[in-house]
Amino acid sequence: MTSAPEHLDPALRVEALASLLIERGLLDEATIETFVKTYEQSVGPMNGAKVVAKAWTDPGYRARLLADGTAAIGELGFKGPQGEHMVVLENTPAVHHVVVCTLCSCYPWPVLGLPPSWYKDPAYRSRVVREPRQVLREFGLDLGDDVEIRVHDSSSEVRYLVLPERPAGTERYSEAELADLVTRDAMVGVAQVTVP
Amino acid sequence: MDGIHDVGGMQGFGHVPPLTAAPPFAEPWEGKAFVIGALAARISGTNLHAFRHGIERVPPPEYLAGYWNRWTIGAQTIMADSGIVTEEEVRARAARLSGRDVPEPPPPTPHKPQMASGGAGNLRVLDTPPAFTVGDRVRAADLHPTGHTKLPRYVRGRAGTVTALQPSQVFPDTAAHFAGENPQHCYTVEFDSTELWGPGAEPFRLSIDLFEPYLEPAE
Repeated sequence: MTSAPEHLDPALRVEALASLLIERGLLDEATIETFVKTYEQSVGPMNGAKVVAKAWTDPGYRARLLADGTAAIGELGFKGPQGEHMVVLENTPAVHHVVVCTLCSCYPWPVLGLPPSWYKDPAYRSRVVREPRQVLREFGLDLGDDVEIRVHDSSSEVRYLVLPERPAGTERYSEAELADLVTRDAMVGVAQVTVP
Repeated sequence: MDGIHDVGGMQGFGHVPPLTAAPPFAEPWEGKAFVIGALAARISGTNLHAFRHGIERVPPPEYLAGYWNRWTIGAQTIMADSGIVTEEEVRARAARLSGRDVPEPPPPTPHKPQMASGGAGNLRVLDTPPAFTVGDRVRAADLHPTGHTKLPRYVRGRAGTVTALQPSQVFPDTAAHFAGENPQHCYTVEFDSTELWGPGAEPFRLSIDLFEPYLEPAE
């Protein structure tokens, strides 16, 4: 049996690989900066939160969103890589949807940005397709036995966004105030939206 | 391939990590790693499916040594396949960046794969009719390809119901190996938890999107 090569510190590997690619004209610092800024500042769960808040306040939009997620999300200007075909899953008092990618880390970038650590962790990916109620409990979401759980494994280019339930007591909230309540975790289905 | 990436249903990974509102990159090198991966298919003249397969081929100890680690090694793997860069070069450069005066090996000769593309993205229009329709009972085939596939182990051999037809798409199993886009019909198939995990399973239903070559009629 041959031994595996020595583990190279990932930060050092990235620096070494980047420096070789830059030297070969295949990568440049400006491109790196543009990508990083985009996903740090412009593309993230604040986009999905706008979609959810609009669906909560505009019944026509909600209907379009559930019928054709890609088009309705595109109405708000959110499109791009990892959002080619969007399906929106509506949570109700009776049905709770939760999304995973067991094979990699597929995630709806245009509305949620890049996936958080827990979503990419083998513990989440391995367990939520086998014991979702227990996993949700560990995350702090204790669903009643009368709530049906539906798990969605994103194994093709279809990307899923959960439309969480609008919390009670928010009847007077504006669309912008509602968007401030909506969290990334609720749009993946591992949390509910609550009023602080 | 039956690799470390196919974790659905595996046991032993422990508690799920805490939910946090952390920014996408904890440190600057993670942002750089992301960009290298995001551009890996373009730089290597390959595609998204080849990149995913590159990550799948990362040896298990490295795969489990952090997300951006496997992401970067996966990106480097497909670049190495296309003759863009070698592991020896990366190790030598890493040593030099660490202040060790080691010689750098010569760069490889690029040899990017050539595969015709039917256009941008992965959705395609098929003029052949789908074999299944909503409500059909289907069984996931018991396939064990050595290459890339989007048929996870935990559904193989299990019977479920088609609940939706999704857009036809480039077939990852051939595209990842530059054997053609070979677009396929794609179905959302719903499985009962007891079909997947036995009679003692938590009650729930699981949906997964499966390409037509993965499916057979059930019963």
